[in-house]
Amino acid sequence: MSLIAEKKSFGAVLWDYLTTVDHKKIAILYLIAGGIFFIIGGIEAMLIRIQLAVPDNDFVAAGLYNQILTMHGTTMIFLAAMPLLFAFMNAVVPLQIGARDVAFPFLNSLGFWMFFFGGIFLNLSWFMGGAPDAGWTSYASLSIASPGHGIDFYALGLQISGGGTLIAGINFLVTIINMRAPGMTYMRMPLFTWSTFVASALVLFAFPPLTVGLFLMIFDRMFSGNFFNHLLGGNTIIWEHLFWIFGHPEVYILALPAFGIFSEIIPTFARKRLFGYSAMVFATVLIGFLGFMVWAHHMFTTGMGATANAIFAVATMAIAVPTGVKIFNWLLTMWGGNVKFTTPMLYALGFIPSFVAGGVTGVMQASAPLDYQLHDTYFIVAHFHYVIIGGVVFGLLAGLHFYWPLMFNTMLNETLGKITFWLFFIGFHATFFIQHFLGLLGMPRRVFTYGADQGWDLFNLISSYGAIFMAVAVVVLVANIIMTIAKNQPVGRDPWEDGRTLEWAIPQPVPFYNFKQTPLVRGLDTYWIEKQEGNKEGMTYAEPVMDIHMPNNSIIPFIMAFGLFVGAFGALFNGEKAWAVPVLILGLLITFISMGARSLKDDLGYHIHKEDLLNDKGGKH
Amino acid sequence: MDLNSKYTPQSWPEHPEQATLEGKNKFVGFWLFLGGETVLFASLFATYLALKNKGPSGMEFTTQGLFELPLVFIMTMLLLTSSLTSVYAMYHMRNYNFKAMQAWLMITVLLGAAFLGFEIYEFNHYVHLGFTYDQSAFSTAFFTLVGTHGLHVLIGLGWIILLMIRNAKRGLNLYNAPKYYVASLYWHFIDVVWVFIFTVVYLMGALE
Repeated sequence: MSLIAEKKSFGAVLWDYLTTVDHKKIAILYLIAGGIFFIIGGIEAMLIRIQLAVPDNDFVAAGLYNQILTMHGTTMIFLAAMPLLFAFMNAVVPLQIGARDVAFPFLNSLGFWMFFFGGIFLNLSWFMGGAPDAGWTSYASLSIASPGHGIDFYALGLQISGGGTLIAGINFLVTIINMRAPGMTYMRMPLFTWSTFVASALVLFAFPPLTVGLFLMIFDRMFSGNFFNHLLGGNTIIWEHLFWIFGHPEVYILALPAFGIFSEIIPTFARKRLFGYSAMVFATVLIGFLGFMVWAHHMFTTGMGATANAIFAVATMAIAVPTGVKIFNWLLTMWGGNVKFTTPMLYALGFIPSFVAGGVTGVMQASAPLDYQLHDTYFIVAHFHYVIIGGVVFGLLAGLHFYWPLMFNTMLNETLGKITFWLFFIGFHATFFIQHFLGLLGMPRRVFTYGADQGWDLFNLISSYGAIFMAVAVVVLVANIIMTIAKNQPVGRDPWEDGRTLEWAIPQPVPFYNFKQTPLVRGLDTYWIEKQEGNKEGMTYAEPVMDIHMPNNSIIPFIMAFGLFVGAFGALFNGEKAWAVPVLILGLLITFISMGARSLKDDLGYHIHKEDLLNDKGGKH
Repeated sequence: MDLNSKYTPQSWPEHPEQATLEGKNKFVGFWLFLGGETVLFASLFATYLALKNKGPSGMEFTTQGLFELPLVFIMTMLLLTSSLTSVYAMYHMRNYNFKAMQAWLMITVLLGAAFLGFEIYEFNHYVHLGFTYDQSAFSTAFFTLVGTHGLHVLIGLGWIILLMIRNAKRGLNLYNAPKYYVASLYWHFIDVVWVFIFTVVYLMGALE
């Protein structure tokens, strides 16, 4: 999105995106890659529902079903939901706090490419002897015994993409701590920035246990370790603990930014200040904190004993309190507001009852005795889909429509958007509401089929029909995106007309340096304040027009991530192929040499000169 | 950033590592990274404690029989001293005394390399006793925890050496001062982790 519209060749555009360190372009990369993985995960979901539509089905075999199920969960969590959230964080947070970029533009690019190569590596398993098949939780007691290389792809692929996530988390933390515009105090930060901040802190402290867990698995499976080998003193429960110490905060890593998106959308379209701002901030931080205290509620049936179960049960129930605070604050924001029913607002309205339903079933499972009954049934499947789809995916779709004009200076079609919403909303409830009852009727999760005499036929069929609605909704959404891009009608600044925060105050398309002059933030909802006071420019400035310092583009992050991708093949085939160890070393060499190159070569960036800014040339691009 | 501006000890800022926005970002970002590293080592410690002395029935290796405290004590002293010398290096960086800083970093590197040498000797010794990586859950957990620390030492050494060579000719400026500073932070962190390894693995292992 340069100031000067120029037609570039495809190669030039590709090179631009491979080397970019601009947070707005990296946001687009995350959006595209996350979107593709979302479609792949969705296709896997459809295969699951086709298989389960009728009893005794042989559409896919049992082993293949396990692979599809594992890849559906893993793809949706690691390769779709998180990257899509990172897309919005990248696109919005720097603009929202009045920064010219993130704190570490180079690392931002590295984080993306590591996620991308990790995701590709994981999905290559389909073509190289079979995908992982031990569920997305990959419990060691299952995964150590899994034949073939599926689990190896899982462990190595997630290790690489997890590294990228950790880098992104640190980057957002530093950006928010250090790069807020003058006047943007912590208690004036928009809620999306706040939730990004807390979610990034969760990434920072939750991903290392996953890293360790995956390393233990890699060592056990590829380098003759014995962490999980009980014959030599190992213990598979270690994996369960490490995985859930990561896994539970992960739920909040996904949910909090989605809450943040809704906390932007609801005040915008209720045209009222967010109710209880400080309570919202406090609730966000508290949810983040409590998120680390509850991991063992996934393990009630492991046999930790009554005391541990009781402590984790109570801690889990406590999370309902700050979450409830948020729900009521959203409702009270709308109360007495002049609500405009746009597509993002419809998602926000659909989100509240859906997510409350998911939260209520969560509290049900928090009581350990009941969990013994519900554990590993379809009740659990229904619960976490209510949380993840009703909370996170609704948030992503809402954010997609809401922030599309900010990212692309054009608006998705509202009619098609509303059709997408209704199809998706109805399909979602049709698919998953009934699964609660399947669970109560005793249907275990992760089974590839069931008998006609078990009484689960009708509910499963209804569930599968619901999934079709969701699939059609996604097709309509894709059509909407293609039509919008083809039409490419520019919308200009503040396209929703009621923007409240800084990101809407910037002229569209957003210049590649974001702010010509750093803005002065005069309160919560700063753009709203400026508009109320009749300020045509939309911003008060904190500085005169000056030279702007910009980072250089670089291909090194791409090469660094590619080295890890190559090395992972070496690790995967260790002890099996003669070329394995040389390839492992080669891959690590590529990565370390490019790290060395990065370290040795000064990267001082460049300046856009004041004169070029004033005559709107925008300098070098 | 202008690399050509010349400083004197008088004009050199008091906190050169945080004098620029890039420096401030590096400073905060690296502290946060160390927070993540702390959780990483905590997970490895927990794993080690769960698997300590666990192995096939009738395993001959125990922490009491295996560890020799004099060797580990020497290693501890080497690494603690290297942490002190890196403090001296940072003291001279703040005083814009490039040569003294490089010299103290050199001593830090030598002490770190000596530590690493002892660790290689120790691992080699264990392997010759038959306590190999795949011998038991205990051996796997031990080599993974202590080895991960050793890998950190190795990376730290490579990092500091690279910095010293790269900047040998041009001296200190506000671009490389934050780099030196975070490398020394990393070195302190490695030292702190070793204090825990010395206590939890070796002292608690050999004495209990």
